[in-house]
Amino acid sequence: MFAQLAYYLSYSFVRNALIVGVLIALCSSLLGVTLVLKRFSFIGDGLSHVAFGAIAIASVMKLTNRMFLVLPVTILCAVLLLRAGTRTKIKGDAMVAMLSVGALAFGYLLMNIFSTSSNLSGDVCSTLFGSQSILTLTTTDVILCSVLSVVVVLIFVVFYHKIFDVTFDENFARASGTKAGLYNLIIAVTIAVIIVLAMNLVGSLLISALVIFPALSAMRVYKSFFSVTVCSAVTGVVCALIGMIVSIFADTPVGSTIVAVDVLAFGLFTAAGFLQGRARVVA
Amino acid sequence: MSQISVQNLTVGYEKDIVLRNLNFAVNAGNYLCIVGENGSGKSTLVKTLLGLIAPMNGYIIFDEDLSRSEIGYLPQQTDIQRDFPASVREVVLSGFQGRMGLRPFYKAEEKQEAEAQMRRMGISDFAKRCYRDLSGGQQQRVLLARALCATKKLLLLDEPVTGLDPAVTQELYELIASLHAEGVTIIMISHDVEAAVKYATHILHIGDITFFGSKKDYLNSQPGRRFLSGKKERGEK
Repeated sequence: MFAQLAYYLSYSFVRNALIVGVLIALCSSLLGVTLVLKRFSFIGDGLSHVAFGAIAIASVMKLTNRMFLVLPVTILCAVLLLRAGTRTKIKGDAMVAMLSVGALAFGYLLMNIFSTSSNLSGDVCSTLFGSQSILTLTTTDVILCSVLSVVVVLIFVVFYHKIFDVTFDENFARASGTKAGLYNLIIAVTIAVIIVLAMNLVGSLLISALVIFPALSAMRVYKSFFSVTVCSAVTGVVCALIGMIVSIFADTPVGSTIVAVDVLAFGLFTAAGFLQGRARVVA
Repeated sequence: MSQISVQNLTVGYEKDIVLRNLNFAVNAGNYLCIVGENGSGKSTLVKTLLGLIAPMNGYIIFDEDLSRSEIGYLPQQTDIQRDFPASVREVVLSGFQGRMGLRPFYKAEEKQEAEAQMRRMGISDFAKRCYRDLSGGQQQRVLLARALCATKKLLLLDEPVTGLDPAVTQELYELIASLHAEGVTIIMISHDVEAAVKYATHILHIGDITFFGSKKDYLNSQPGRRFLSGKKERGEK
């Protein structure tokens, strides 16, 4: 088995795919903690549908690299959704639902009307659930993904304490002079970037899983923001690696395999958290 | 010179006016209690003082040596905090954020200061514990320590004893009184009028009738007498 793995790893495109997968998993699990705690999980889900609509438009327009359209559109929607979420009079959750199903419907419609591809349902399926295989990533994808993930991780490290501040208590943060609006904007833009990146790996329907599962798993066991963040990042990366390797050997779709591993990990962490609680009661 | 002076202030959300034509002043070393029935606009006033919402009319004037970001705010608990994984030390340290600008990490002296404030509030033993696992009274001490990291001068407490049992409530009041004795200006929102008249130096009563003045004047005023006796008749504490 190891010989076979070594054989696969001797190809540069396999190595690239693994690198990209790990980076994406790292970014999404880092920001996932904030997203879950700020009750923004649904925004991640809505944005992924918007990204699907944008991809449909990009493929109709026959753009050579779809990311250059999808990224700005998704960032724009992230900013709009965040604005709606902070204003109580316009219901933030209804707006997300509207935007996400609307984008999904128009995306599919556009793909149907203008499609020149002979395998339409295959195209749609891979956009929704990720490529059949991560091994089809192009070099541009790999470079763009790597650069953006490094930027996301840097932003997270630099703004780590600010993110904690505006997540834990936004009113206090505002009152004591922290520019909460600015940091919320940074969080929204970063989320949009992560979602577009993760599309390549797991497809638009499964992105939320990549973002929220590691964070939720970590929260079962750990009690401080720092330890939850670290644990979430490690869990996200390990699950992504296991998922990708399994999908190479078992020839399963990479996105759903990774998410399946994430769900299993969540089960393990929940059990661990339960045992930990029991141990504390006994002690 | 007043630390905060409020002139003809009208507060509210968008087009709904909650309170109009408020006038009051807070001097250094005062202990001001803002009392009033539920829904009288206490929270809206607090948010306006903090700059979270804009005043609809009038002025809030801060003394030269007190900027708005130097108000140490003790907010009411939010849903988010109830299941938030954060250690006590992380929460207390975040009090420094307002002054940090774009600097990403805490300085050594800020960490020492945070330890000192935790000792002052008697919570050093919990520094590594999870905030959500603490009792209500302990959580308020953590938030007080955080507010003290943000300011040396003025604390604004929004209903600090909500949901605490009587003994813990008493402890918290004494703790706040000791901070006042050390020279920190206190503004406290409360519907506990008994405690207000026990600890405060000044009272701002908002509602149908507005009153602002020293505690002694309040006890002799019409809204003061009515509010106090009304509470007693209903058997509230």
